[in-house]
This record gives sequence, C-alpha cells and structure tokens, in this order.
Amino acid sequence: MWLYLLIGMLFGVTLTQAEIVSWYRIAEMFQFDSFHMYGVIGSAVVLGVLFLQLARRLGWQSVEGKPFAIYVYPMGWKRFLLGGTVFGMGWAITGACPGPLFILAGAGYSPVLIPLVGALLGTFVYGLVRHRLPH
Amino acid sequence: MMGLFENAWPWYVAGPLIAVCMAALLFAGKRFGVSSNFQTLCTLAGAGRFSDFFRIDWRERKWNLVFILGTVLGGALSGLWLRPQPTVDLSSDTVATLESWGLQDPGATFEPMELYGPEVWGQPGTWLILLIGGFLVGFGTRWADGCTSGHAISGLSSLQLPSLIAVVGFFIGGLTMTHWVLPYLFH
Repeated sequence: MWLYLLIGMLFGVTLTQAEIVSWYRIAEMFQFDSFHMYGVIGSAVVLGVLFLQLARRLGWQSVEGKPFAIYVYPMGWKRFLLGGTVFGMGWAITGACPGPLFILAGAGYSPVLIPLVGALLGTFVYGLVRHRLPH
Repeated sequence: MMGLFENAWPWYVAGPLIAVCMAALLFAGKRFGVSSNFQTLCTLAGAGRFSDFFRIDWRERKWNLVFILGTVLGGALSGLWLRPQPTVDLSSDTVATLESWGLQDPGATFEPMELYGPEVWGQPGTWLILLIGGFLVGFGTRWADGCTSGHAISGLSSLQLPSLIAVVGFFIGGLTMTHWVLPYLFH
C-alpha cells in the first residue's frame, strides 16, 4: 500500500508544482491562450503511447507476471460524448478535474471541499438515474 | 536546489512525470484513474442501499483510495511547504479576459480568491456555483466512465476511440461553459 501512497504523492506534487490544479490554468486552456496544459497532457499521452507500444513488443508485464490492467472501453459514443460534455462543464467551473479536487484539499484551499461534496452528490445521483440515460 | 521547487514546473517535466505515474500503477498491476474513487466513497457512505451501482467490493479498490490519500499529501507537501506563496504566470490575454469578467488580479494568487479564498465560506452564492460545478464533475465522469486520468491519459495512451470521443466531450462542455457562462458569473 505504501507504493500507491508514494505514486499518489508524486502525482499530487507534480500537478501542484506545474500549476495544473490552478483554476487559472484551466481557464487559460479553454481560451487557447497558452501551450502549458496542452504540453502537459500531450507529452503524457505521447510517452504513454510509446510506453504501451514498447510494453507490447517487449512483453512487459506487471510485477505479478500478469498483462497490464488496461481498461478496454466498450465501443459506442453516447455516454462518452454526453458524459464527457457534462464533466467538461464542471471542469471549467471548478477549474479542477477529480485529481485536483483532492489535491487542492491537501494544498489548503478549504472551499474545494464544496465541489468535492458536489462530486460525491453527482456520482450518487448518476447511480440513481443511470438507467434512464443514453449509454 | 530550492529553485527546483520554487519555480513552476514546465509542461515537459509534468507531462512525463504523469506518464511515470501511469506506468508505475500498471507495473503494480493496477490502473490510473481517479474518478472511480467517487463511486467507492459513495459505497463506503452506504449508497448501496439506494442503487446497485454502489454495491461493489470497496476492498478491491482500497489501493486507489490510498493513491488519492497520497495525492492529498502531495498537494500539502507542494502547496504548504515547497511552494507556499505561488503566483501563476498567466498569458496576458487570459489576464485581460479574466479582468473583464470581474476577477481581481488574475494570477497574483495560486487560485482565484473569488472561488477558493477563505472568505468564500461567508458567500452562499459561491457555495452554489462550486456545488453545481462539482456535481457536474461527479455526474459527468461516471456517465462517461472516466475523467482526465482515465480517458485523456490512460485511454488515449492505449489508443481507444471511446476515450477520444470523451475528450472531445470534455472540450465541448469546457468551451461552452468558459465562453457562454463564466463571463457572467463573477460580476
């Protein structure tokens, strides 16, 4: 369990030091005024693609000797487009995706507890009404 | 040495470190995705009584709760100790736009005090904005089955079309909100 704590700490420090958790950086991203956020996500994805392609060719596995636990999404588009749009609206308001909501609580911005409670409420309501939504 | 932490990390440091986090979790036999923790936390709070969506074995996801505990500690390490009084070096265009929205001194603090300053606790109107924003994050990420880490990083890295569609959705929602709603929220 210590390993997950350490990886989480690396993630939290990185997102704070690079200002990815700042509402301002998200507002700047959605106005296309800076390369910063696109560089962050773009370089992470490029390296992620390289890593997974290398892993496949070289047969890398988890330390337990199992294939990587990549989640394969079922094909379709409705839930991804519609749910993604709803999340994007929340991301622009709070300036924080789920990771930063937790990280900002640690960084001492106490009002972030309000959108954190909101996210739990939103998750709960989704659980109640999901059968009535297109997926 | 201290300059390493006093200055904001550039994208070409942060992006690769995020990829390292994803790779480390995969080597450990897990996967990188934050928003499913909201579902786990609802389960722990007893939401299984209301919907089978929350009748999951939270013990299998305990590692991810430990991961987000780590992110909270990482935020504290950086925000309270390594870089306690950061300013954000925003583009001048963004500063001008945010000022026209009615925000004070954009970038002079790490977060806009209008949304995340201590005085917010005395402003119920701001609670409502933050609560709605958070609600959309929670509802949308479960509907889309992933957030920035699950779709934009893990999903795109594994070349999955559903994740690309989700990321397009993130931007449809984000751009709509940023250009049609946020300009009128702070006056």
